[in-house]
Amino acid sequence: MKRTYVQARINGEDRDFLCEPRQSLLEVLREELGLTGSKEGCNNGNCGACSVLMNGRVVNACCILGVEADGADITTIEGIARGDRLHPLQQAFLEEAALQCGICTPGFIVSAKALLDREPDADEHRIRFWLSGNLCRCTGYDKIIRAVQRAASQLQESQA
Amino acid sequence: MQAFDYARPGSLAEALALAGNGRQVLFLAGGTDVIIQLREGRRSCDLLIDLKHIPELTRIADLPGGGLEIGAAVPLAEVYEHPRVRGDFPALVDAAGIIGGIAIQSRASLGGNLCNASPAADSSPALMALGATLRIAGPAGERELPVADFFLGPGRNALQPGEILVSVRVPALPPRAAAFYHRFIPRNEMDIAVASSGVFLALDEAGRIADARVALGAVAPTPILVPAAREVLVGREPDAEAFEAAGEAARAAASPIDDMRGSAAQRRHLSRVLTVRALEHALRRIRGGQPAGATH
Repeated sequence: MKRTYVQARINGEDRDFLCEPRQSLLEVLREELGLTGSKEGCNNGNCGACSVLMNGRVVNACCILGVEADGADITTIEGIARGDRLHPLQQAFLEEAALQCGICTPGFIVSAKALLDREPDADEHRIRFWLSGNLCRCTGYDKIIRAVQRAASQLQESQA
Repeated sequence: MQAFDYARPGSLAEALALAGNGRQVLFLAGGTDVIIQLREGRRSCDLLIDLKHIPELTRIADLPGGGLEIGAAVPLAEVYEHPRVRGDFPALVDAAGIIGGIAIQSRASLGGNLCNASPAADSSPALMALGATLRIAGPAGERELPVADFFLGPGRNALQPGEILVSVRVPALPPRAAAFYHRFIPRNEMDIAVASSGVFLALDEAGRIADARVALGAVAPTPILVPAAREVLVGREPDAEAFEAAGEAARAAASPIDDMRGSAAQRRHLSRVLTVRALEHALRRIRGGQPAGATH
C-alpha cells in the first residue's frame, strides 16, 4: 500500500513523514517519529492514554489517522516541558504523587493542560468532568485531581 | 488494520464522484466510530473518504427564518460552543456535551453520530425532538429527510450507496417553546445511555400546550418518536397530570431489550421517568430558568 507524505507541526517543530492511511496518529508518533511518551492503552478511544493536543484541542491519537494530521499543530507530552524546566502540571504530579505505574500520566497531563489553557479557574467538578476520558487504574483519581488543582493555583499565582 | 486508500476531497462534487466510482467506500468525519470499527474488523473499505475539507460539511450557518444548518462533519465541541446553539438550541448542548469525553467531542460529529445509527446515540432523540431534517446529497441530486426517518435498525441508516449526509437543519423554535434532552447512565459521565428522552414543548398564548414531541433512545432497535405522547399533551395545561400521561405513553411505546446496560423492565420504567422529567425541564426552559445539571 502506498505511503502518503504528511507535514505537521509537532511540539513546535515542522516535521514531515510518510505513513500508510491505516496507521493511526498514535502509531505514527511512536513508531515513525520516536515520540513514545503517548501511550497505547485501549486503542479504542476509552482510556485517554494517547491524549495529544491537535490545533489546541485534546484528542485521542488512537482515533485519528496519521494522514489526518497533515497541516495540523500537534503537542504531545514531549512538548509540555520547557527544556529542563517541568511544566507546573508535571511538577504538581510529582509533588502530589499523582502517579503509580505512570502509563496514564502523559494523557492526564496533556488533557489537563488543555483544560487549564482554556479555563485557568476550573473547579474540582469541572476538572473531574474534563478528565473523565482519562482512565487510571492505580491512583483512585483523588491525587490526580489535587495535582491539577495545585498546578492551576500555581499557574494563576505566576500570572497574577 | 486492513489497508485502504485515503482521499481528501475539497468539494462536495468531488466527494460524490469519488463515492460513485465503484470502489468499496466508507466516509470519515471525526473517525471516533469508523476508525475503531475498521481496526476491529467490524467494517471494511478500500477507499476512505475524509469529509472534513468540504465547506458544506464543516460550517455552521444561519438558515432563513432563524433555523441553523450544522455541517455533518463539524466536531461536537464546535457545535456546543457555538453561540447560536447555546442561545437558541440548548437541547443540542444537552446531547453533544455528553457524547464521549472531551477528547471524543473534539473530533466526533453530529453527522457521524447519526450515520452510525446506534439506537442509544445521544444526538438522535434531541434532533428528533427539535424536528430537525437532514440534507443528503447523492448522484441523483439532493434530498431532505426528517431525522426521525433516517434510522432503519441498529447500525443501519437510510443513506443509499453513493449518498453523503451533508448537514443537519434545525428549524427555529416557535415562541414559548423549548427542547430538552437527557439520559440515564449508571456513571456520572463517559457512558452509553441505558435509556434517554428528548422532548420539545410549545405553549400557546393562554399557556396551554400548543405542540409537543417526545423521542426516546435505547429502548427500541432505533430511536423512536412517540406520537401518542404528543396526542395526550396538545391542548392541555402543562401540569404534572399531562406530563405523567405523556410519560405513560412513552413507557407504552418502548420496546426495549435486556442487555449488559439494563433490563427491559428498567428501560420501560426509565422511558416514563425520563420523559416526565424532560418535559419539566423543557417547561422550565420556556419560563426562563436554566435546568440544573447542564455541564457545559
